[in-house]
Amino acid sequence: MPHLLKIEHLFIEAESDQKTKQIVKGIHLTLHRGEVLGLIGESGAGKSTIGLAAMGFSRQGCRIVSGSIVFDGQELFGAPREALRKIWGARIAYVAQSAAASFNPAHRLIKQYMEAPLQHGLMSSEEAKENAVDMYRRLLLPDPEKIGYRYPHQVSGGQLQRAMVAMAMSCQPDIIVFDEPTTALDVTTQVEVLAAIKYITTQFRTAAIYISHDLAVVAQLADRIMVLRYGELVEENDARTMLANPRKEYTRKLLSVRMLRKTKNLSDQKDDVILDIQGVTASYTGQNNVLENINLTIRKGRNVALVGESGSGKSTLARVITGLLPPVQGRIFFKGKELSPNLKSRNREELQKLQMIYQMPDTALNPRHRIRKILGRPLEFYFGMNRKQREERIRELLTQIELPESFIDRFPTELSGGEKQRICIARALAAEPELIICDEVTSALDQLVAEGILHLLQGLQDQLKVSYLFITHDLATVKAIADEIVVMFQGQIVEQGTKKEILTPPHHEYTELLLSSVPEMDPDWLDNLLKARKSGRAKIKPHEIIPRGSLENLPRPAG
Amino acid sequence: MVLKRIGLGLMTLLIISMLIFVGIEALPGDLAEAVLGQNALPETVASFRKELKLDLPPHARYFAWLGDFIQGDFGKSLANGRPIAELIGWRFANSLFLAGAAAAIAVPVAIILGILAAVYRNTLFDRVISMITLSAISFPEFFIAYILIALFSVQFTLFPSIANINVQMNLGEKLYAIVLPCFTLSMVVIAHMMRQTRAAIINIMASPFIEMARLKGLKRLRVTVLHAFPNALSPVINVVALNLAYLVVGVVIVEVVFVYPGLGQLLVDSVSKRDIPVVQASGLIFAATYIGLNLLADVLSILSNPRLRNPR
Amino acid sequence: MAAFRFLRESPLSARIGMAIVLINIAAAILAPVIAPHGESQVVGDVWLPMSRDFPLGTDQLGRDLLTRLIYGARNTIALAFLITALSFLMGSICGFLAATIGKWTDQVLSRLVDILMAFPTLIFALMVLSVVGTSITALVVVIALLDSTRVFRLSRAVAMDIGVLEFVEAARLRGEGTWWVMTQEILPNALPPLVAEFGLRFCFVFLFIAALSFLGLGIQPPAADWGGMVRENAGAITFGIFTPLWPAGAIAFLTVGVNLIVDWFLHVASGLKEG
Repeated sequence: MPHLLKIEHLFIEAESDQKTKQIVKGIHLTLHRGEVLGLIGESGAGKSTIGLAAMGFSRQGCRIVSGSIVFDGQELFGAPREALRKIWGARIAYVAQSAAASFNPAHRLIKQYMEAPLQHGLMSSEEAKENAVDMYRRLLLPDPEKIGYRYPHQVSGGQLQRAMVAMAMSCQPDIIVFDEPTTALDVTTQVEVLAAIKYITTQFRTAAIYISHDLAVVAQLADRIMVLRYGELVEENDARTMLANPRKEYTRKLLSVRMLRKTKNLSDQKDDVILDIQGVTASYTGQNNVLENINLTIRKGRNVALVGESGSGKSTLARVITGLLPPVQGRIFFKGKELSPNLKSRNREELQKLQMIYQMPDTALNPRHRIRKILGRPLEFYFGMNRKQREERIRELLTQIELPESFIDRFPTELSGGEKQRICIARALAAEPELIICDEVTSALDQLVAEGILHLLQGLQDQLKVSYLFITHDLATVKAIADEIVVMFQGQIVEQGTKKEILTPPHHEYTELLLSSVPEMDPDWLDNLLKARKSGRAKIKPHEIIPRGSLENLPRPAG
Repeated sequence: MVLKRIGLGLMTLLIISMLIFVGIEALPGDLAEAVLGQNALPETVASFRKELKLDLPPHARYFAWLGDFIQGDFGKSLANGRPIAELIGWRFANSLFLAGAAAAIAVPVAIILGILAAVYRNTLFDRVISMITLSAISFPEFFIAYILIALFSVQFTLFPSIANINVQMNLGEKLYAIVLPCFTLSMVVIAHMMRQTRAAIINIMASPFIEMARLKGLKRLRVTVLHAFPNALSPVINVVALNLAYLVVGVVIVEVVFVYPGLGQLLVDSVSKRDIPVVQASGLIFAATYIGLNLLADVLSILSNPRLRNPR
Repeated sequence: MAAFRFLRESPLSARIGMAIVLINIAAAILAPVIAPHGESQVVGDVWLPMSRDFPLGTDQLGRDLLTRLIYGARNTIALAFLITALSFLMGSICGFLAATIGKWTDQVLSRLVDILMAFPTLIFALMVLSVVGTSITALVVVIALLDSTRVFRLSRAVAMDIGVLEFVEAARLRGEGTWWVMTQEILPNALPPLVAEFGLRFCFVFLFIAALSFLGLGIQPPAADWGGMVRENAGAITFGIFTPLWPAGAIAFLTVGVNLIVDWFLHVASGLKEG
């Protein structure tokens, strides 16, 4: 059987400031009718660029230099605009990462759905309309008859993403290119979108290129997987074979990302309580409480993971602890002494003992300060060290975070994302804190880099006996590093305990939903989950305990 | 939202009118003396004070002034004693005529050029246009005006260098008279408007939903007209209205260059003659027009924003 | 060294801009040395054509036009620079304070600026000058005040944008005071847009003074100033004598130069942000 799509010797260049850089270096790719190909890699792997090139399209600033892209016997590279236009939408469709940005805010959903079939002359307006409603129903969108008449900003994120999948199907194309379609979503919402995509690819036998940085997600959908790095192929294989038997070291690393690490021995020894939160309720407006009656203790040397989806109030809790948002009610004790609710009235020692690391290392470091100043300032500010003492301590810190001492003269912009995050850690360490709040510290990083950061944090904890409050939405990270887990949902703590207690059934129903929604490195995970949820064997169904739309969130930066 | 914005606009206008009034109240020394000179006879000063209602307490005078103003009674000119309403009336109409004519040329030209420059971004066309507009922005209005005069009324005597119009002229004659000032005014405004339109369109064209529309296989025209345009409408309308406001003020200099009998000319004359009531009145009219157009810009851009038009 | 490399990589347009600005600054500083005649010295007949003695001819009183132009550079540029600096001082300090302190300080300052900005600048200036009379002091204060509103808006917005970034929050959590946050964390990051804005504001002020002088309400004769020179010689144009085009052209020349530099600077600054 001939290939539906065959790409050979593909080279793509990107241009910025008169410098060109090769971002795709000689990729070969084939796709059969009805096959799903997974493209996986970290940022800079060139996977999205390849996905778009499969349509004969390149973004502003990128240029397909050479190669051939043959779709159904037709060469797309260098094809006239008009020829490409006839294929786009009708025979190859595209699903983007952010539905919120990719739907035109000025038109109703159904109008945008009908546009492609009408413009390609495939259907009458009536047919297209019926078709749209049918597709909305198949993809389990609520109120399929009417939802199409809403504007994009009137629909929640997960629904919008499914509406975009539906729109891609409007002309029943041969191929759909999915470009990280679930990256911006919470896990519980991600399952719904994955289910929709799975339904499309199995029910209509539509071929697909599925692009993602998350191997576990790709494993659910793809028949075959290509692992990419720096624009080159690392490994290509049948999905099941690859998961069971990765050939290359890089693939093995990607696979091992979610492996459980050994649990720390938390014997009954009662460590000192570092932070004690009692009955904290907080609100931004004074009307709606973002946090309700939070009780939480953190002991010395423990890593307490605070898990929840967006809107659960976990970052707000961090703001309350640091004093940026004084609570409406409740008290916070630090080593037995009550902390003032307001940052301004806390003393230097209290500030020093409590440090914070942020999600985005890019914005957490002042781009105009050298590392010397970034790390030196807390030393000067808290301990009054002179220049020589500071210099010595900074070098010590740099060694501790496994960076060369020569970094002392650099600016943050000269460092990579992972290196910047290490500097943020060093800045927190410089204050010699007893508690560090880590707010989504690995979410903005590539998986392998994030791994390195987690390792470092664990090593430092063993060495310095510092406590962490580890805020994250990523359960895989939690499983890997937490001693204790606190699950938050809609401003309340639904369950808390040691890792073992939380991860072994029976679970609270929200914890159950959350845990079951985390993709596993098992190609059958999604099928089993959907079957279980459908048959009711699973204890809960998402919409029974969660009001519709409440789990939807703001887009999160791609990991 | 719209109502709130309009309310805010009226508030601003009121505060401005107060400022104008208080500012002139706060004149160092006695207005009467300042205007009539120190050697004026006491009787003259007294009648002058009465005339200007200077004998009343300040707030009463303010409301009397504002009340008269709203009814179209602007008081009398100090320079020649004629009612200001009479002085201002036809001059304001003339100014609007000139500004309107300039706008009629500038708006379509600027928008079309802006869109073209955005669509053919980074081509030679774009660069040339952007170079020209950058220069036009840098040039003072009178430089452009004198170049035009030097070219079109001195070298080639095509158009008059003095734009004198009066009530006896018909529309054609009037239009002929204002060709040069109108052209000068348009040049400057086109440059600003075109640059801002270009930026707005480029901003929209870079949105993911435009890429999506293209990847749906839609024709280029359709993408531009149906997808880019409705979203660009709001910023572009804003740009247009703001520039119209600028135009109304920019008219002052052009009127002086071409000795055009408009409100700007009157204002400048009155300032040099220190004919305070006339300055007050024409200043307030300019301010009101300016604020009104800014208000219009905001209201229209609220109305044309799809997100604001269809709330959740 | 870095600055040197920066200059070497500048595009042609920016270099032209820099050359223009340098010529003007040189003329302004060296006026008494390089000017062939005295500032208001009558040297010949009215509106003489270009000649060896009078490279650009003479003006409406028979003064050497080139000399007037050179002195004009001095008066106009110095005044515009003074006003821009003043307006920056007021605008940026208030803007930063409004952004870092927030609350009612911000409310009061912002509302005040809203009102000032709702009023067309030229009209406002004309009205004030009609009341207080045309003096240099009045000119400086009025234009600087009006102009500082734009600087306020920009510096407040920039400071707000930077203020929500985590490194500022980190400094606050460390316990740093408002002064440190303003000068060490926010200011260095706000500089590139502010420097570009300085160029734009300078052009604006410069054109504004020229316009006022042209209307006869700015710098008063006999001091040479470009806007005023255009006005004084305006009558010549109808006789086919292009004297007023020289000072008008000089104004345009300098603003184009500054704009070219600003354009390049904005381009570079926006590029830095992405990297």
